[in-house]
Amino acid sequence: MPDKRCTLEDVAAELRDGMTIGIGGWGSRRKPMAMVRAILRSPVRDLTVVSYGGPDVGLLCRAGKVRRVVHAFVSLDSIPLEPHFRAARQSGEVEATQLDEGMMLLGLQAAAWRVPFLPSRVGLGSDLMRLGTGVRTIRSPYADGEEFVAVPALELDVALIHMNRGDIGGTGQYLGIDPYFDDLFCLAASRRFMSVERIVATENLLDEGPVQSLRINRLMIDGVVETPGGAHFTSCLPDYDRDEAFQREYAASARSDEAWDGFRSNYLDVDEAAYQRLCQEQRA
Amino acid sequence: MITRSGPPTRAEVCAVACAEAWRGDGEILANPIGTIPMIGGRLAKATFEPDLVMTDGEATLVENIVPVGVPGAPKVVSGWNPYRAMFDVVWNGPRHVMMGATQIDVYGNQNIAFIGPAERPRVQLLGFRGAPGNTVNNTTSYWVPNHSPKVFVERVDAVCGIGYDRAAELGPVAARFHRLARVVTNLAVLDFDTPDHRMRLASVHPGVTVAGVVAATGFELVIPAGVATSRLPTGDELRLIREEIDPLGLAEQEVPS
Repeated sequence: MPDKRCTLEDVAAELRDGMTIGIGGWGSRRKPMAMVRAILRSPVRDLTVVSYGGPDVGLLCRAGKVRRVVHAFVSLDSIPLEPHFRAARQSGEVEATQLDEGMMLLGLQAAAWRVPFLPSRVGLGSDLMRLGTGVRTIRSPYADGEEFVAVPALELDVALIHMNRGDIGGTGQYLGIDPYFDDLFCLAASRRFMSVERIVATENLLDEGPVQSLRINRLMIDGVVETPGGAHFTSCLPDYDRDEAFQREYAASARSDEAWDGFRSNYLDVDEAAYQRLCQEQRA
Repeated sequence: MITRSGPPTRAEVCAVACAEAWRGDGEILANPIGTIPMIGGRLAKATFEPDLVMTDGEATLVENIVPVGVPGAPKVVSGWNPYRAMFDVVWNGPRHVMMGATQIDVYGNQNIAFIGPAERPRVQLLGFRGAPGNTVNNTTSYWVPNHSPKVFVERVDAVCGIGYDRAAELGPVAARFHRLARVVTNLAVLDFDTPDHRMRLASVHPGVTVAGVVAATGFELVIPAGVATSRLPTGDELRLIREEIDPLGLAEQEVPS
């Protein structure tokens, strides 16, 4: 079994300007935030971001890393609208491809299965078909002759996910209630990176959860980073819940350029170890 | 827990009007989104629609009456329903969802995505979420806690959930699973039981006039002769809402008296 351990900087260095990256998790839940912070410290730009969006999207937009967001929503859950994403869209700074959230699942699944589209009724009659997203319909070749949306494959250059546990070979385990779509993001991508709360010995992978919790197998992963607190400030249950106080501080940083500059210099212009130390001190 | 007494509040009337949306649905997934719809759904399951399947608002199906907004409340879990399984239910069919609407028009087209041009919205809202897939696959109702001409508009800025005119354009085959049941607001209950499925005023809540609803609606509603008054909660329903389903009184925050 190969040893795929790497650093956050190694992951950030994989990204090139203009790449399409997929980010796992959902809203403000189990987001690979340490990897997002590493991207913020890197020079990469003009990214297309595919995400069940949360603060990953907001941070990347605010920091000027994004050209286009492919999304069905961007939300902080306890704060329904993501303020940095809103500002980036309302200023015209960031383009958007809007999808239904089930369409995003089908697009990732199509890419994962290496087919150009999957048929669905989702989107029929809605303005998703009229927003210049290029989504087309297809007629069934069978007797029913029904017309369907041909949901296009969402092919990714890079996928980034965060799991509770993993091993050095790239097996990943979620211990929370929902696997979200992290496996599909990986299967849809050319290069796949996973951060985990803790790397454990392969023989200990079943200590904390059943075999079904090993949602990510090592065929899906190219690099593993151990990042305790790596989903902060989003939730990563059962290891930790969302840091609501921190999230409020993050949301408030959208109020003005000064507020953002303060937030950035405090939390983002420092490396991950310093970030985690700072957050720990604040909680104490 | 604060013991609440006195006559039914407007918020409680709204919760009952939401509950009524699921009457007769039987064994399907009732999927309320929002505080008062959630109270309504749990009330329907606790009373006249005991076979409804409901989630805890996260990834589990629960069979007992879970109080709204009470962390750590005991749950009788009967199933696992992560997001991916939810899409199976949506596309398989047995579901009646109640969503919010930032804008809605006379045929029930709903917008929750953005206001202004798509390329550069004046106001970026949530996004399309699951609205296109919900409306083309499942029975859908809407909840509007602030009935006003800004919500009930001539024309929505983006069609997320599809209305009856868009469904008619799709034709009877593609639209065969499309059904809009009702729109519940802080003022009234509206439905689409008209020959061309334009929105109709079904009942006004106690204390609200027909003229008040018309003034708060930015398009021409179908007004039948003799508009009914929305029903009040029964004594049992009132006790369930106040003691078991909404002990924190969260409905009052969504629709203040």
